[in-house]
Amino acid sequence: MQTKRMTFSHNWLPYLLLAPQIIITVIFFIWPASQALYQSVLRQDAFGFRTEFVWFQNFQRLFEDDLYLNSMQVTLVFSVGTTLLSMSVALLFAVMVNKMIRSRDTYTTFLVWPYAVAPAIAGVLWWFIFNPSIGILPYMLDMVGINWNHRRNSDQAMLLVIIAAAWKQISYNFLFFLAGLQSVPNSLIEAAAIDGAKRFKRFWTIVFPLLSPITFFLLVVNIVYAMFDTFGVIHATTEGGPSQATNILVYKVYRDGFVGMNLGSSAAQSVILMSIVIVLTVIQFRYIERRVNY
Amino acid sequence: MVENNRWGNILAHTLLILGVALVVFPIYVAIIASTHTGGTFMRGTIPLLPGTEAINNYRTALLQGRSSAGTPPISLMLWNSFVMAMAITIGKLAISLLSAFAIVYFRFPFRIFFFWVIFVTLMLPVEVRIVPTFQVVADLGMLNSFAGLSIPLIASATATFLFRQFFMTVPEEMLEAARVDGAGPFKFFKDILMPLSITNIAALFVIMFIYGWNQYLWPLLITTDPKYYTIVMGIQRMLTGGDSEPLWHLVMATVVMAALPPILVILFMQRLFVKGLTETEK
Repeated sequence: MQTKRMTFSHNWLPYLLLAPQIIITVIFFIWPASQALYQSVLRQDAFGFRTEFVWFQNFQRLFEDDLYLNSMQVTLVFSVGTTLLSMSVALLFAVMVNKMIRSRDTYTTFLVWPYAVAPAIAGVLWWFIFNPSIGILPYMLDMVGINWNHRRNSDQAMLLVIIAAAWKQISYNFLFFLAGLQSVPNSLIEAAAIDGAKRFKRFWTIVFPLLSPITFFLLVVNIVYAMFDTFGVIHATTEGGPSQATNILVYKVYRDGFVGMNLGSSAAQSVILMSIVIVLTVIQFRYIERRVNY
Repeated sequence: MVENNRWGNILAHTLLILGVALVVFPIYVAIIASTHTGGTFMRGTIPLLPGTEAINNYRTALLQGRSSAGTPPISLMLWNSFVMAMAITIGKLAISLLSAFAIVYFRFPFRIFFFWVIFVTLMLPVEVRIVPTFQVVADLGMLNSFAGLSIPLIASATATFLFRQFFMTVPEEMLEAARVDGAGPFKFFKDILMPLSITNIAALFVIMFIYGWNQYLWPLLITTDPKYYTIVMGIQRMLTGGDSEPLWHLVMATVVMAALPPILVILFMQRLFVKGLTETEK
């Protein structure tokens, strides 16, 4: 890794400068993570009197546990749904806003602020709108013959949390897509237009392929967001229900650890989640390296 | 040339306006709901036009909150959120500036090792190590304190990377000139590096403030004393605390007040926000 050609030389100063960050990282990141690794191979009895070394039994139990497998499936549906919904809406917005000249900044202003809304608050807002007894949307859905009740219907509960999570993320995707669209050279589009390519053909054969690096990057970022940053959406609204239908992995770690007090299992779940984050981070960074080389 | 279709333009505008309306809708409903009396919500659907109780509702929320359910007044929660967000933001910026400075402007043993230790924080978000981190904070006696709310969150790999990248683009001649004039590391950092990085610091400040303000899981875990509730987590307490239906008019007034500060930050500093967002992700 490079430094400057010319540097300061000092025996202890660089260590002192690094100290605050390193100390915090070790105490609050590396130590707890190693604790999770350690606890994941132990089992405690209900009162914490006895601990027993059980090798990979906690993991084995998890993969035999229907609730955990269900939670994995729920997480998959939730993150794919959130990512697709939010990215496609954002791309649509970005393509249309990019065509505007005078009104571009105005539209952008209206579309960026949901980024500032906390996931928990996004959840509460949509929870309120979809409230079965007083909400507006159930009232309207009722008129077309759909009976909305996310407290009983699992699919509707899932749809609710997906909409809330995706809504908040539209701004982020929109900004990146817009930046990507602005870097597509106009000459390419004009050339295609001269050759007689119509609007849709131009988009699918020229613009969209040029956006593919950004699309891939956003795909990873959105999956990370949906898997790990949406705890608030679930906790403030459905709390994993009805009957486990929205119990995503991150929420389950919390529930099993703090409410269920099953430390061994919770630690094993933490370890599984960590490996997922590590894989996603590596993918993200490999992609960035590739982009730099281009 | 690319055709310029008048009807296409009108269609695009219409779609965009509808889309924007859909995006704004949830917060509009919240604002409207916060201007009605509690009784309105017993009688059927949410109204779509403003009511008359705005001042009363906000006053009650700010000064009393939902005291029967054990949540403190919103003004206290707003203050707590502000302190936490500022502590996280300033802490993150300070320690990342220092460590990026060390990594770029010094050569010393184990430099790369330290860089990797910082990098690892990217891979360990709070959400995946909830229980053990809670135990560490509890053992250190930091539950129910501002230190516990902020310090564990201020290690930041992204800010360190961004500053490192920026420092690498600072011309070599800057340091050479400074050294010729006899400036030591502290003087160089304070008088040359800091003024040069001020836009980057401001852009990151916006992103980090929003990050800090919106923390949810962490305050939920380590505050049991209502004195330290932050507003974003306090809303959940208002929804579930007590035994009746939520008092929607007060909840929505709280939601509006919780969402407003970061939204204002984005709207007033849009340019810095976009810069911060697109650069931290590179």
